[in-house]
Amino acid sequence: MNVVTPFEGIGASVKRKEDLRFLSGRGQYTDDINRPGQAYAYILRSPHAHAKITSIDTAAAAAMPGVLAVFTGADTAALGSIPCGWQIHNKDGSPMAEPRHPMLAEGKVRHVGDQVAVVIAESRAQAKDAAEAIAVEYEVLPAAATMEAAQAPGAPQVHEGVAGNICYDWHIGDKAVNDAAFAAAAKVVTFETTNNRLVPNAMEPRAAIGEYDATTGDYTLYTTSQNPHVIRLLMGAFVLQIPESKLRVVAPDVGGGFGSKIYHYAEEAIVTWAAGKLGRPVKWTAERTESFMSDAHGRDHVTKCSLALDANGKFLGLRVHTQANMGAYLSTFAPCVPTYLYATLLAGVYTTPTIYCEVKAVFTNTVPVDAYRGAGRPEATYLLERLVDIAAAETGIDRIEIRRRNFIPNDAFPYQTPVALQYDSGDYTATLDAALKAADWAGFEGRRAEAAKRGKLRGIGCSTYLEACGIAPSAVVGSLGARAGLYEVGTIRVHPTGSVTVLTGAHSHGQGHETTFAQLVADRLGVSVAQVDVVHGDTAKVPFGMGTYGSRSLAVGGSAMVKAMDKIVAKGKKIAAHLMEASVEDIEFERGTFRVAGTDRTKSLAEISLAAYVPHNYPIEELEPGLEETAFYDPKNFTYPGGCHIAEVEIDPDTGHVQVVNFTAVDDVGRVINPMIVEGQVQGGVAQGIGQALLENCVYDASGQLLSGSMADYCLPRAEDLPAVGVATHTTLCTHNPLGVKGCGEVGAIGSPPAVMNAVVDALKSYGVRHIEMPATPPKIWGIIHAARPAMAAE
Amino acid sequence: MYDFAYHKPTSIADAVKLLSADPDARPISGGQTLLPALKHRLNKPSALIDLSGIAELRGIRREGDKLVIGALAKHEEVANSAEVKAAIPALATLAGTIGDTQVRNRGTIGGSVSNNDPAADYPAAVLALDATIVTDKRRIAADDFFQGMFTTALEPGELLVAVEFPIPEKAGYAKMRNPASRYVMAGAFVAKTKSGVRVAINGAGPGVFRQAEMEKALAASWSPDAVAGIKQDPEGLNGDIHGSAEYRAHLVTVMAKRAVAAAG
Ligand SMILES: Cc1cc2nc3c(=O)[nH]c(=O)nc-3n(C[C@H](O)[C@H](O)[C@H](O)COP(=O)(O)OP(=O)(O)OC[C@H]3O[C@@H](n4cnc5c(N)ncnc54)[C@H](O)[C@@H]3O)c2cc1C
Repeated sequence: MNVVTPFEGIGASVKRKEDLRFLSGRGQYTDDINRPGQAYAYILRSPHAHAKITSIDTAAAAAMPGVLAVFTGADTAALGSIPCGWQIHNKDGSPMAEPRHPMLAEGKVRHVGDQVAVVIAESRAQAKDAAEAIAVEYEVLPAAATMEAAQAPGAPQVHEGVAGNICYDWHIGDKAVNDAAFAAAAKVVTFETTNNRLVPNAMEPRAAIGEYDATTGDYTLYTTSQNPHVIRLLMGAFVLQIPESKLRVVAPDVGGGFGSKIYHYAEEAIVTWAAGKLGRPVKWTAERTESFMSDAHGRDHVTKCSLALDANGKFLGLRVHTQANMGAYLSTFAPCVPTYLYATLLAGVYTTPTIYCEVKAVFTNTVPVDAYRGAGRPEATYLLERLVDIAAAETGIDRIEIRRRNFIPNDAFPYQTPVALQYDSGDYTATLDAALKAADWAGFEGRRAEAAKRGKLRGIGCSTYLEACGIAPSAVVGSLGARAGLYEVGTIRVHPTGSVTVLTGAHSHGQGHETTFAQLVADRLGVSVAQVDVVHGDTAKVPFGMGTYGSRSLAVGGSAMVKAMDKIVAKGKKIAAHLMEASVEDIEFERGTFRVAGTDRTKSLAEISLAAYVPHNYPIEELEPGLEETAFYDPKNFTYPGGCHIAEVEIDPDTGHVQVVNFTAVDDVGRVINPMIVEGQVQGGVAQGIGQALLENCVYDASGQLLSGSMADYCLPRAEDLPAVGVATHTTLCTHNPLGVKGCGEVGAIGSPPAVMNAVVDALKSYGVRHIEMPATPPKIWGIIHAARPAMAAE
Repeated sequence: MYDFAYHKPTSIADAVKLLSADPDARPISGGQTLLPALKHRLNKPSALIDLSGIAELRGIRREGDKLVIGALAKHEEVANSAEVKAAIPALATLAGTIGDTQVRNRGTIGGSVSNNDPAADYPAAVLALDATIVTDKRRIAADDFFQGMFTTALEPGELLVAVEFPIPEKAGYAKMRNPASRYVMAGAFVAKTKSGVRVAINGAGPGVFRQAEMEKALAASWSPDAVAGIKQDPEGLNGDIHGSAEYRAHLVTVMAKRAVAAAG
């Protein structure tokens, strides 16, 4: 590492460069872009969860004012399927079921919101008016609205040829070893739970504009994406057969993604293809109602698990059986979320020697389910941290003590878990101790007694979590079924007078990359943050990239920039040696200054770059002019942030309302580049975690209708639902990337739900409560209290 | 949104004329209920008659032992009105808890009362305070006005002009919000009025209704404890993904207790 800059470099809470345009309403989002001659697409969606389309008559719609074209599945049937980016194998080694996912429904609709037809018109209103004139006859079929319904005997078949609606039946771990551990256990604790289904709800709804230039054959897609190069690959190669050289994908300012904007969606292919057909740009923007029924949802697991313990509370083995809802089609990353991003995390921060996990992925007549902030790790963490609390209660061991007894000790790193991952670093005792202190865990009983005087039930809960992010080593994920590499690309372009442009394959949709990445450059090259411009989100500008998800931007994308800066410095040294007539070995570089070692002879980066671009006095025989370098960085391992979250809640026993009154997060995210941005990321994640624990729930009825289809019925957290979240970090460095960074984008959403639920259960412990399912809504809590009250009164 | 014609009359007479000439025309006040419905294409009026230019519909004033609130009074105006705060503080408090800041700065009492959403706030106050609805044609007692979910005594084309609230001796309001929509899940407005004690329950049922048993108990003894033991029958109450009828019935008692406590 280089010297830490006190000012704008690594460790400084530099204010976010991007906020001026975001906070003043001057961001350029996809819907802000309008292309000359632009037409508008409106997508007619299925009102049914499961139905045969017996006929579609578009004649009346096509004759409506302003209508340019109406397309149905018959027009797009020859095009490719919306592809899935990850192939999981069954226990028997056979590949998962991977049914076709058409751009527009082909004879059958499989979820409410499935695309049936698209109208393209001169205005959005005309397109929408015409869509109402499309006559679709449906033969409504019974729906498999839940995983249970999908697996019942005689269940409706979501896809022909997919037996029992099972996408895959996968497992990890050694079952025989695991069985033996359970046979030898002094105590076995079992537990069943549902991880509630969530709707991501980014502030900016999805949008896409397709454009085609007949003179060059070039297509351009503007889209709300977290990874434009991935969309270019998936849509170009698999759906529309457009070569990369003829397809530009631009993801401009994007207003939040949380995973839901990773995937390649049908609408992107529809507008791009239609633009080619019509020779005019075609724009589509989702209405919020459409977002609810067409953005990939998150979570939705049903799990049974057991923990084997010895007489001292040491974990001997963990056994997990999970059913994971895939929805009606496989979204881009869907199959890997409940497998390699979930089961591999089941060791958590504990030394559990054997873990066996089976996962059945099930097709249902619901919106596709995919990664949502945390993706698999919140599901694993929730399961594990609730299970540990239940084990503590049932063994009579204090819940902090049982954790300490099972922590992976500091001297055990690198630590090989029984579920494939090898942790490089961490200090779980330190983050636990710091959190206990910050939350005044020791003083809790006093606060409980004080709350009781006010008629409130107060509880406290913790979670000591771990996650794997910074995805991921390409060879490893390739062997696990990924159909892409997961490296990242960075270009550092030092301009003639010394300012710097960074091109990155990572994509910022709220994370503050333009600031954090600039700080990396400022720290290394000694320029000011203001002199660094970060360019992302355009395949025509950035050489390549895999995008932003899985808290990978800094760990992988930042590392690529470091590698590129290494090359800049190496070349700069050669130029400096020439200019100062010294040997290259004698040139030292520190934050923008090249120096002949042991002398006061120096050249600034600006002098070197000027010489590189105006090579009058330059080693032109050995060195090319210019000062621009690109690096691809493929990580050696995942990174492993972890820490401790503590929640304190108060319950109003009259209404069942739960209020989180205190929340403490102590996270080890590796080296911190910008503490303010880390704090913001953690707070945002915690808000979503509290949302999952207490408020958010996506509900379908038995016929597959989405009951929580708008903000009026789907409860997102509001400011008054959230406490002031205390955020602190405790750093152990990642040992395998050049920055020592781990990632902070998802920790908040991963660590917080079990902390909140453990607190809720603690608050209700006098009612004999063992477990409460998320979300802990007022009627649910009231039901528990109400059911228990007569019994308590009778005591 | 479908196309519609737009008119902005400046008198009640002109508005009524426009409405009677076209049965598919609809009045619009703050638009906080009507506009979302139009955007979702749930409604297809031929014309919108914007009432916001009619001065006669404005104003909040004290007239003897009555508080008269013009139909166009925004929730925010009612919440901050010195007249309202002095005469019926519970009404000002109620108005200040409707929706959010944006909604309160657009939505009107006339729109809310005419709309009679079962989960709206104002209908509970109107009913419990034994208010009178003044229209362009007649005066309607609150007991006759609310006729169940989204239904009122207003005839097509009839305009709500003002609401007259007799000033009570005491009044209080408490509600539990639906966590998602923040509309009322169950609420109780209690009032000690010249015509006796009145308790109106909103949110819990398909329309605002009076709770006779609680009225009787409070008439006998005005205290939170008086209603604490009275159970609301869940039969006929709303049940949905946010809570069962039983839960709402339970909340009715809790909110009534809190409303009495708030009234003092
Ligand atoms: C996000 C949001 C949250 C909300 N939360 C709440 C809440 O917590 N509690 C609550 O009570 N309300 C809530 N509302 C509704 C809000 O209070 C509305 O203002 C109110 O329901 C209608 O008033 P308006 O002036 O906007 O009426 P409009 O939308 O203009 O009209 C509503 C209906 O009344 C008719 N109408 C309007 N004025 C008259 C009149 N003078 N005579 C006859 N008919 C008329 C219209 O034709 C229409 O049918 C919320 C609204 C939104 C958008």
